Amino acid sequence: MEFLTASLVGWSRAQFAMTAMYHWVFVPLTLGLGVIMAIMETLYVRTGKEEWKTAAKFWMRLFGINFAFGVATGLVLEFQFGTNWSNYSWFVGDIFGAPLAIEAILAFFMEATFISLMFFGWKKLKPGAHLASTWLTVLGATISALWILVANAWMQLPVGMEFNPDTVRNEMDDFWSILLSPVAINKFSHTVLSGWVLGGLFVTGISGWFMLRRRHADFALRSMRVGTVFGLVASLLVLSTGHMSAYNVAHYQPMKLAAMEAHYEGYEGVELVGVGLLNPDKQSWDDGVQPVVGRIAFPKMLSFLGFSDFNAFVPGIRDIIEGGYVQPDGSVALSFEEKHERGKLAIQALADYRRAMANGDTEAAAVYKEQLRQNYAYFGYGYIDAPEGLIPPVGLTFYSFRGMVILGGWFLLLFAVLGFMAWRRDITRCRWMLWAALITIPFGYLAGEFGWVVAEVGRQPWAIQDILPVQAAISSISAESVKLTFFIFLVLFTVLFVAELRIMVRQIKKGPEVQDDACGTDNVKTEK
Amino acid sequence: MITYTFLQHYWWFLISLLGGVLSFLLFVQGGQSMLFSLPRSEGQKNIMVSILGRKWEYTFTTLVTFGGALFASFPLFYSTSFGGAYWLWMLILLSFVLQAVSYEFRRRPGNVFGTKTYDVFLFINGLLGTLLVGVVVGTFFSGADFTVARNNITDIGSPVISRWNNGWHGLEAVVQPRNLVLGIAVFFLARTLALLLFINRSGDDELTTRSRRMLWYNAVPFVVFFVAFVVWTFLAEGYAVDDAGHVYIQKYKYFTNMVEMPAVGVCFLLGVLAVLYGIVRTLACGNVRNGIWFSGTGTVVTVTCLLLAAGYNGTAFYPSTADLQSSLTIGNASSSMFTLQVMSVVSLLIPFVLAYIFYAWRSLERGHTTAEDAENDGHP
Repeated sequence: MEFLTASLVGWSRAQFAMTAMYHWVFVPLTLGLGVIMAIMETLYVRTGKEEWKTAAKFWMRLFGINFAFGVATGLVLEFQFGTNWSNYSWFVGDIFGAPLAIEAILAFFMEATFISLMFFGWKKLKPGAHLASTWLTVLGATISALWILVANAWMQLPVGMEFNPDTVRNEMDDFWSILLSPVAINKFSHTVLSGWVLGGLFVTGISGWFMLRRRHADFALRSMRVGTVFGLVASLLVLSTGHMSAYNVAHYQPMKLAAMEAHYEGYEGVELVGVGLLNPDKQSWDDGVQPVVGRIAFPKMLSFLGFSDFNAFVPGIRDIIEGGYVQPDGSVALSFEEKHERGKLAIQALADYRRAMANGDTEAAAVYKEQLRQNYAYFGYGYIDAPEGLIPPVGLTFYSFRGMVILGGWFLLLFAVLGFMAWRRDITRCRWMLWAALITIPFGYLAGEFGWVVAEVGRQPWAIQDILPVQAAISSISAESVKLTFFIFLVLFTVLFVAELRIMVRQIKKGPEVQDDACGTDNVKTEK
Repeated sequence: MITYTFLQHYWWFLISLLGGVLSFLLFVQGGQSMLFSLPRSEGQKNIMVSILGRKWEYTFTTLVTFGGALFASFPLFYSTSFGGAYWLWMLILLSFVLQAVSYEFRRRPGNVFGTKTYDVFLFINGLLGTLLVGVVVGTFFSGADFTVARNNITDIGSPVISRWNNGWHGLEAVVQPRNLVLGIAVFFLARTLALLLFINRSGDDELTTRSRRMLWYNAVPFVVFFVAFVVWTFLAEGYAVDDAGHVYIQKYKYFTNMVEMPAVGVCFLLGVLAVLYGIVRTLACGNVRNGIWFSGTGTVVTVTCLLLAAGYNGTAFYPSTADLQSSLTIGNASSSMFTLQVMSVVSLLIPFVLAYIFYAWRSLERGHTTAEDAENDGHP
């Protein structure tokens, strides 16, 4: 935990990471469970069967409990861009702020409005209108995810902008290329679908628990069937979008890919490590020590995942630092030293330009501006003084990636087997499988967190890829202040999380028969 | 012809309007601050929570939108104020985190801390949320202790552009008398609006009667503190900016703005009159229940006009007391023309958003809220 030293950057990162990780406990379930409860309500409206209404209401109650915490952590995240990353906010706020504002205008109000109708409107709206409210709540949550993920994707692949030396910020010049960048599209689909997988795991796990307790058999079987089909479809889609993620990382963030695989020395036809341990003797990127021991690998698969070519060259960490290899666009990669020099040149050119402009020397300013333009692609490298500063934490990235992929494979298998048993056999007789479904729920959360660790830790040191490293993105406040707010938020979130867990468990234990609260009181059909 | 200047003014208008709507919706916080003083029974408290609980997400969402819109349209304010007045914003955030979970958790079995703890959370949000938002708005008129130096980005060892000049990081704004006066005014305004809302929505006669009585004790301090703030601000020096972007001190700047922008000045007066009319009519006539609509609309208009006066007519909307030329204006703090154009296209959807909010509000607010309704709603 190197970053938990008393540095401002470290504490700022820790605070943002902690808030984001808590946020991601709640958001994926909102995305996934929302669709499932909407499907169930649709089945109710189409068939008129009260059993579907009962099921939809039960999952809706849990959706509501889960929702509030996501809202709270989301607010803190949004404001932290300003409070803790103020330089970032100015440097790229012209581009980054727009998706956030659009998210608020288009998505948050939709969620806030229709969630009220969904919860309070059972007796006040016609079934069709209520169903529309439920779907619009889910749509609002999904649109919200779209815009924040567009913003996040832009940080990984900064497109559609130009640096303005007069305002000292990056300015948007192509909205559509930001919205439709390959990273944005893939990040949105991969992330939302992973939320759907969690929704499927949650529903199948809880349904399995009811079956184990031999309670609400009909409700549990209905939910299990919907959950497994939904989860299986989502898992297959996650698999394909995962492949696209690897492709994007290989093309736009090669260092992240190298860290994910602990891949130090590049060659053609690179294997994909299935399982393995990082070698503790590996001390440096250029010591030549074998980085992974005891590994089981899939030959040539990393080349295929990254470049759709089993024999493609995949640069390792050493190659990226030393440069000299041919990149996907045909150009020859620069070394760190060269990028660092060009970055410093860009920063100096900016300083010279502004000085020249202040002195009214427009001729010199034009020269410096051109110098800046030619070197701006490496602007961020000017802040990094050693090649080690380019390497993200390999251990965390490597193990998180394995954890995510292995768990994803397990979920796919679980949904397939559970689905087969639920649709074709008497699943209640297969108790170990029900236990497996129940126990897998927390691993669904874990897989999502692993995914975000790969995405965010793996792109360090960049706040904006190649343009702005985290140490140049922070606010000017004391590390002690951030440390204090870190612990305040940590305690607050943890305490409230414990409360939420207990509430959720109590609500689940009550089962679908309870006539109370969130969904009104009208004739909830009981199952005994 | 849509110019850059027009778009900057358009977005400052939207920010001002959002600020006005947020001020109105702070009735949720105002109501929360009376959870321990207004109701005489648990049933009455549940009615209050039920009335407020159907609206808290609108306030919360408006706050988020206010932040998002500021980020997108005036990013230099976002980076300067949020990163500088760190503790002020953190306190606001903390209080809203407490609120977000409390409506859902307070009466749920297994909530660990018991209903009263969550009610205390709501009270804290009601007190701090209103007071501190008022203090932040106060700094638009009184200024803040920061400097902005864009050249800092070229200093590799210390590249932060916006910096705060004292170690209190925003807490100093709370003890600045004029900010505090506005904070207190906002606190009592929120309570006043909440009482008017309870009078309008409550199906419990005793709660309605008590709300009318409490209205005296909240409306009078609100008027006193609000008038004090307005008079103080109109008589004080303001921060003007000339066409070249040079910021200077001008006597009676905000009053002058109201005079030189007669539409804003007249709307401001009409807004204040509407607020007062809603209050006075409710106090004077025992059967009047619609005061909230007059006072609510008046609040939106009044606050919008105040914020317009803070940014329009050559005024620095976020003055720097440390370095006048670091002050933020709608000209130097805004996003690029292209971004403002994109955002303006999106803003055309706002009427559509307002339409479905209106539909939802109408659908859920048929009839008055009774103790039975409160028992059966989504916040047990």
